[in-house]
Amino acid sequence: MAGLMSGFGSFTHAVVRALPQSLAKEALRTGSLEVDLLKAQEEHDKYVSVLKHRLGLEVVELPADEALPDCVFVEDAAVVCGDTALITRPGAESRRKETEAMKAALTELGLSIVEMTDESATLDGGDVLFTGREFFVGLSMRTNQRGAEILADAFKDYAVSTVPVQDRLHLKSFCSMAGPGLIAIGASEAAQKALKIMQQMSDHKYDKLTLPDDLAANCVYMNLPSKGDVLLHCTPEEFPESAKVFEKLKDHMLIPVSNQEKVKVDGALTCCSVLVNRKKNI
Amino acid sequence: MTTEVGSESDVKKVPEVQQQTAPASAEPSQEESPSDPEAAASPEPSSPPADGGPKKEKGISRFLPPWLKRQKSQSQDKPGESSAPPKQESVEAVQEEQEETHGAGAATASTEQTEEEKSIGSADTQPVREEKEEETKEEEQVIPHEASGLSALKLNKKMKMVVCHVTLLDGSQFSCEVEKRAKGQYLFFQVCEHLNLLEKDYFGLSFKDNAEQRCWLDPTKEIKRQIRNSQWQFAFSVKFYPLDPSQLTEDITRYLLCLQLRQDIASGRLPCSFVTHALLGSYTLQAELGDHDPEEHRLDYISDFQFAPNQTKELEEKVVELHKSHRGMTPAQSDAQFLENAKKLSMYGVDLHHAKDSEGVDIMLGVCANGLLIYKDRLRINRFAWPKILKISYKRSNFYIKIRPGETEQFESTVGFKLPNHRAAKRVWKVCVEHHTFFRLVSPEQPTKTKFLTLGSKFRYSGRTQAQTRQASSLIDRPAPYFQRTSSKRISRSLDGAPVVNVSDYSQAAGAGENGPALELNSDSKSQQVEVVEEPDADAATSISSETAFETDGAGAPERKSKLRVQGENIYVRHSNLMLEDLDKTQEDVLKHQASISELKRSFMEATPDPMPSQWDKRLTGSPATTLRLQAQGSAEVKPEVNGQPEVVEVVEETVVIEEVVKAKPKSPAPEVPATVETECAAEVKEERSLSSDSDSEEEAEYHAQPPTTSISTQQIKEEPEEEQEAVLIQQAPPSGIESQPITEAAEPAPSAEEEKPAELPEEEVHADEPLATPDEAPNGHALQAEAPPTLRAAPTEEEEPHIVNGSTSRVEAEHLPQVICCSEPPVVKTEMVTISDTFAAQKTEISTKEVPIVHTETKTITYEAAQLDGNGDGEPGVLMTAQTITSESLCTTTTTHITKTLKGGLSETRIEKRIVITGDSDIDHDQALAQAIKEAKEQHPDMSVTRVVVHKETELAEDED
Repeated sequence: MAGLMSGFGSFTHAVVRALPQSLAKEALRTGSLEVDLLKAQEEHDKYVSVLKHRLGLEVVELPADEALPDCVFVEDAAVVCGDTALITRPGAESRRKETEAMKAALTELGLSIVEMTDESATLDGGDVLFTGREFFVGLSMRTNQRGAEILADAFKDYAVSTVPVQDRLHLKSFCSMAGPGLIAIGASEAAQKALKIMQQMSDHKYDKLTLPDDLAANCVYMNLPSKGDVLLHCTPEEFPESAKVFEKLKDHMLIPVSNQEKVKVDGALTCCSVLVNRKKNI
Repeated sequence: MTTEVGSESDVKKVPEVQQQTAPASAEPSQEESPSDPEAAASPEPSSPPADGGPKKEKGISRFLPPWLKRQKSQSQDKPGESSAPPKQESVEAVQEEQEETHGAGAATASTEQTEEEKSIGSADTQPVREEKEEETKEEEQVIPHEASGLSALKLNKKMKMVVCHVTLLDGSQFSCEVEKRAKGQYLFFQVCEHLNLLEKDYFGLSFKDNAEQRCWLDPTKEIKRQIRNSQWQFAFSVKFYPLDPSQLTEDITRYLLCLQLRQDIASGRLPCSFVTHALLGSYTLQAELGDHDPEEHRLDYISDFQFAPNQTKELEEKVVELHKSHRGMTPAQSDAQFLENAKKLSMYGVDLHHAKDSEGVDIMLGVCANGLLIYKDRLRINRFAWPKILKISYKRSNFYIKIRPGETEQFESTVGFKLPNHRAAKRVWKVCVEHHTFFRLVSPEQPTKTKFLTLGSKFRYSGRTQAQTRQASSLIDRPAPYFQRTSSKRISRSLDGAPVVNVSDYSQAAGAGENGPALELNSDSKSQQVEVVEEPDADAATSISSETAFETDGAGAPERKSKLRVQGENIYVRHSNLMLEDLDKTQEDVLKHQASISELKRSFMEATPDPMPSQWDKRLTGSPATTLRLQAQGSAEVKPEVNGQPEVVEVVEETVVIEEVVKAKPKSPAPEVPATVETECAAEVKEERSLSSDSDSEEEAEYHAQPPTTSISTQQIKEEPEEEQEAVLIQQAPPSGIESQPITEAAEPAPSAEEEKPAELPEEEVHADEPLATPDEAPNGHALQAEAPPTLRAAPTEEEEPHIVNGSTSRVEAEHLPQVICCSEPPVVKTEMVTISDTFAAQKTEISTKEVPIVHTETKTITYEAAQLDGNGDGEPGVLMTAQTITSESLCTTTTTHITKTLKGGLSETRIEKRIVITGDSDIDHDQALAQAIKEAKEQHPDMSVTRVVVHKETELAEDED
């Protein structure tokens, strides 16, 4: 019997979205790098393929929308935990419509949908770190207090703590879960500070996996039947030092996934999918 | 089992007190036997003749509300009669103080605990043993314990019995008769016994105070005193939610915990998601109905159950669906599963309290097993784990936690929160003390002697800690008791036991009437206060002057204000500014201090996780006006209803110090006592209009969190330098402070000198029940004798204990004022000092302005001093003969009396100093109270003259302008 908060990381479905042509030029970015659309496309295909074929998830692929250059980063459009999906209100005006397709897809999956209708609220899924025991919501340029409140309302079982995010786009620009109770965290000062805050706010003890590169600290953890702990992480080409750190996780099934192009538009590994657990029983 | 309860608390504690603390401790026992005149007089070896006592008490007694009298005098007098023996009452009050200390203090706890632990396995033997103990002790000491069951039996005819109604967790009512003066413990044990519950330490009884607030019944104190004039209606509920219910020994305990949680969930106090509601609901069904039976359990078989605050059909369907999947699970297993899931909920065991942060923003304080959580709109914005907290304290309606500096920080910082009112602040504080002790300490903190002489509430958690209770329950050896699982269908009934507070329901707090005309009201109250100051003076003058050569021009008071400020140069004024500045510092200092505080705060926020700097920033830059308005709202309330409004925040606080210096003939043969006796009367009466539900009326208190390890071995580890400072204060405390003489000198030379005056003379004034100060040798050369030893006066000032904030100690209190004033002034003086904290605020820098204390106080001191015929200014220190602190818990009337003996030029003077503190809202009749107090003082000592009256007024200002 699956009880409350059991089965962290177990997923059956993944929702992804195709890459629009407009991404190369129009996608929002904090830097000013040119995106090689072809390479980006290739990267994304590999990513989806890993989810689908290597891990055996049921992948729901939403079509790209050229009017939404950032639509490939589906994570920001919804936060799914258990049977509940919170459809967000992305902080960037240009991305608000991304939620429509996401909502439809998640409804299709049978999740109970909570929408963020409050006009004053903004929340990007990239600012939401779910540890299995609680939520941390980064208050960033894209996410505000009200958005966090609505999230807290949607997931009442869990503590929702807020963490200020400075100098980074999202909370998960420098951290993510690398296992149950294991937080992957960047080595930068900002990242470490955020971690400290999270530690103070939490009643739970977390282990940390410190990565020399902040961006590398964004990885995708899953716990899949027949595969055990699975970790999608950066490639050695991108972040050699950080990759070595990941390699020390002996018990994980480690899958390096390239993210060189998407990172130019602030896309990280977690950004490109919304993972869902739809088992028959609770 | 009537006997079991009283014995634990009374018998053990009282005796110990006596043994441990010489003179001071005699009190409690005496107090215990109001009806026993002998006891009152006996124990004090050095205690002076008791004749003065009754007289004095009589006066004081008038301040006590009828119900208090009733309580006290039940064996002798009729309630409410003005003739009620005053002595009894005041004595009782002291006793309570003592009891509180000792009871809670657990000086005795260890013994008690061991005993209990041993006996817990065999519940049957326990009571018997206790009975025996009690008997022995009683005989030894000839002290009847009113509250104890045994004595109840003995004195049965006299005792008034009251029927208590207790709402149990399954919604049923349990009624039992208790002796009117029974302690909380007694009733609690009755209930536990009724429930057949052994692991009772997780539970408690609560009642609703007049403000409809749920309060925990303190087991160590009399029920009557706690509930005041509320109903004898209680709710049995979980007080400490065990972190891991699977570690509970007995199923019955788990069952009760389940019931509590079902209430919590149904009432919305414990928020859950839909899925969790369904899951927990399904376990409830399995536990109460057994396997799902398609025949029997048709569609609406569950519609009578309440699984969620807003139950939908969909939820019910889900519950049923899940119920089916639990087939074969026993009730106990179902309960266990229920708990396994419920305990993971983030709000499990979190006790929420409405508050505002230092910027006036609505937040919630959540006290839980691990520490203190701060919520804003459902979001956790900060968390202070117990190890991070050095000290928790409250003062008036403010609650403070002092934070241990982080690795990178140098300074401790103090975070303050504003609670809706004083009682709320105290409630949070108490809950914190209890949770910290229960969950973090191995054994309850045992305040040492000095500890409980600290000013303020001495409340400590005296029960078993989780560690102890676990140990104890591991010894439980009885067949699992049978118990009936009543259907929680009834759960929809009264949710009495669960004070419903939601993280999000701020509206409640705000809606209490703080919003509207608050400002107007405030200004009203302000003006009223001014009057209050004047009028009483006039009154005082009249009443006093008739008998004594007292000079007053009460009418002139108001006009003098401005002048006084100038005059007051020799006056040391410090007011209790909330965020606690030292007002005796120069402005520059203050500014500097402010700056450093804000810096500290900033660094605190940086280094220690401040959840949302941006938010803080926002608040910081917010217009001061807003903040002020918020504050005003917080501090002033519109009382929607007539009197006795619970909701009312104390707006006005007054301190009146009346000092009488009188020539009196020695009433009792004091060996070396020559003709003249100068008596100085200083009484402190504190009246709080708001009905505080607690019997102890301390305005504030501190509690030093101690790491578990500490508690095991040493009780009092001085972690901070500040602790030392406290020590100083402690020594100043009246009775025992003096006993423990040696230490004293340290802090304030002058005061201590006074304290140490030689006092060999038995004093007439000293009543039997007064703890006798055994004065030490008095180094002389202390100039100001007229002004009773500052220390002494400081001591009684429990209500006004200086507060420590931001790492700086502002010991200085308004109360000290009078003394200083007196010193400097020639024969007849009238001074008034008005300080409005806002002036400071105005001068602060931008930043500090925003950190202005939440509560603005106005401090005003008026001194009247009569000419001293015998040249009391000749600098001869007096001898401290006795010091007595009487805290009556009526509407919070505190009376403190000091008697000082002064030896000079072959003359011995007795000076009685009385301090009366009246606290209350604008509509309290301060004038009356003051006049009354002065009158009383005179009546008490007709043969003395009043030489000085100092009126010190402190007002929380409503900040409507700006």
